[in-house]
Amino acid sequence: MKSLFERGPSLLTRLVLALLCAAMLMFLDHRLNTMQPVRSFLSTLVTPVQYLAVLPEQALDRIVYLSTTRSMLREQNEALRQELQELHMAVQRLNFLENENARLRQLLGSDVRQASRRMAAEIVAVATDPFSHQVVINKGSANGVYKGQPVLDNRGILGQVMSVGHTTARVLLISDQSHSLSLRAERNDIRVLARGTGDLQRLELMFIPHSTELEVGDKLMSSGLGGVYPEGYPVAEIIEVNRDERYQYARVTARPYAQLDRIRTVLLLWPPSAVEQPVYDDVEVDENVD
Amino acid sequence: MWIKSGLIPLLATYLAALVLMVMPMPAFLEAWRPDWLSLVILYWVIALPHRVGMGSVLVLGLVADILMGTVFGIYATALLIMAYPAIRHFHRIRNYSFTQQALIIGVLILIKRVIVYELEHVLNGAVFHLPYLYPVISSAIAWPWVYLILRKYRRHYLVRE
Repeated sequence: MKSLFERGPSLLTRLVLALLCAAMLMFLDHRLNTMQPVRSFLSTLVTPVQYLAVLPEQALDRIVYLSTTRSMLREQNEALRQELQELHMAVQRLNFLENENARLRQLLGSDVRQASRRMAAEIVAVATDPFSHQVVINKGSANGVYKGQPVLDNRGILGQVMSVGHTTARVLLISDQSHSLSLRAERNDIRVLARGTGDLQRLELMFIPHSTELEVGDKLMSSGLGGVYPEGYPVAEIIEVNRDERYQYARVTARPYAQLDRIRTVLLLWPPSAVEQPVYDDVEVDENVD
Repeated sequence: MWIKSGLIPLLATYLAALVLMVMPMPAFLEAWRPDWLSLVILYWVIALPHRVGMGSVLVLGLVADILMGTVFGIYATALLIMAYPAIRHFHRIRNYSFTQQALIIGVLILIKRVIVYELEHVLNGAVFHLPYLYPVISSAIAWPWVYLILRKYRRHYLVRE
């Protein structure tokens, strides 16, 4: 306990000083946007916390792996081999179609679609705040990740990179309240704008007229408008169309294909137009054709 | 300024709270995750009010802002306002029973979360969801255990004023 004479300013003074400090930072960050370099430096600094956070999960995975029996592994191996074979067959067909498509596009005089480059990354932390749906991945500017880069999982579009540290990057999910993206219905090419609702399983389609042709079960693909997401990736499926005339617009909700609540591995995409180049760590080179 | 005894154990509890705050969890538990950082701050503020003060809370709040990716200062403001009554009345809170303490902690964490929501609403237009307040209940339930564990920890590692 300090003696009476050593005490500094009163508690209330200190509270007010600290609050002023926080308010000033808030102003600098939100209104003037001057904190970006500081932020990316500090997020590099707190990386160890994020790596510590996934440690138990990794340890558990390791234990599960060590306790798998030989017969289970053999079964798994068999199943995977079969799946691989099927995928190989599908890819053969795809390669043929892609070449044909490129030739036809050339004949039509439009640009040939170029391949994008990809890299796998893992989730190291989640932001649990329901007002901001974000995850942190274990690739950063050292791997060529850039702000605004599209991020996918094996089912569909997940979100975009919103800030980059040296070895980590923060991804804003499509379900975040501040995020919207332009989509196109696969069946009839209707263009829609989908906004995140803060619920991981729900996107809201904005400004849909009551007379819309959209139906429950329609597949929504990214439209390529807006410049962030490349065209033609699956995003969501319509689960509800409410044509209640009391509202100004029809209320249409969609469920994202990507499993936003259980993401483990994600895919970073470098569209052909990107200035940045992926920097691969090791043997993980899988240059692929889209 | 000299280093007081038990600095490393004190910092270790902060680190543990931050790690628990961002640890991935199964989706159904996610909404009920106790507000670990607030609990740990409240414990230290009540146990060592002359050592853990507004300065420490401000720094921890800014670290939380970086980890959660929110605008700088949101968590810091909320945690500061939450910690103030606890520091002000630490004598009284220490002498309450666990039930009373848990209630007070619940109210303080409710205040913190409401402030975070209000700031997010003003700055980013966030929309309110009731599940955002579930952690108030789970934190209040977790408080007695946090208190007992941290008290044992504090005595074992001689973390003093």
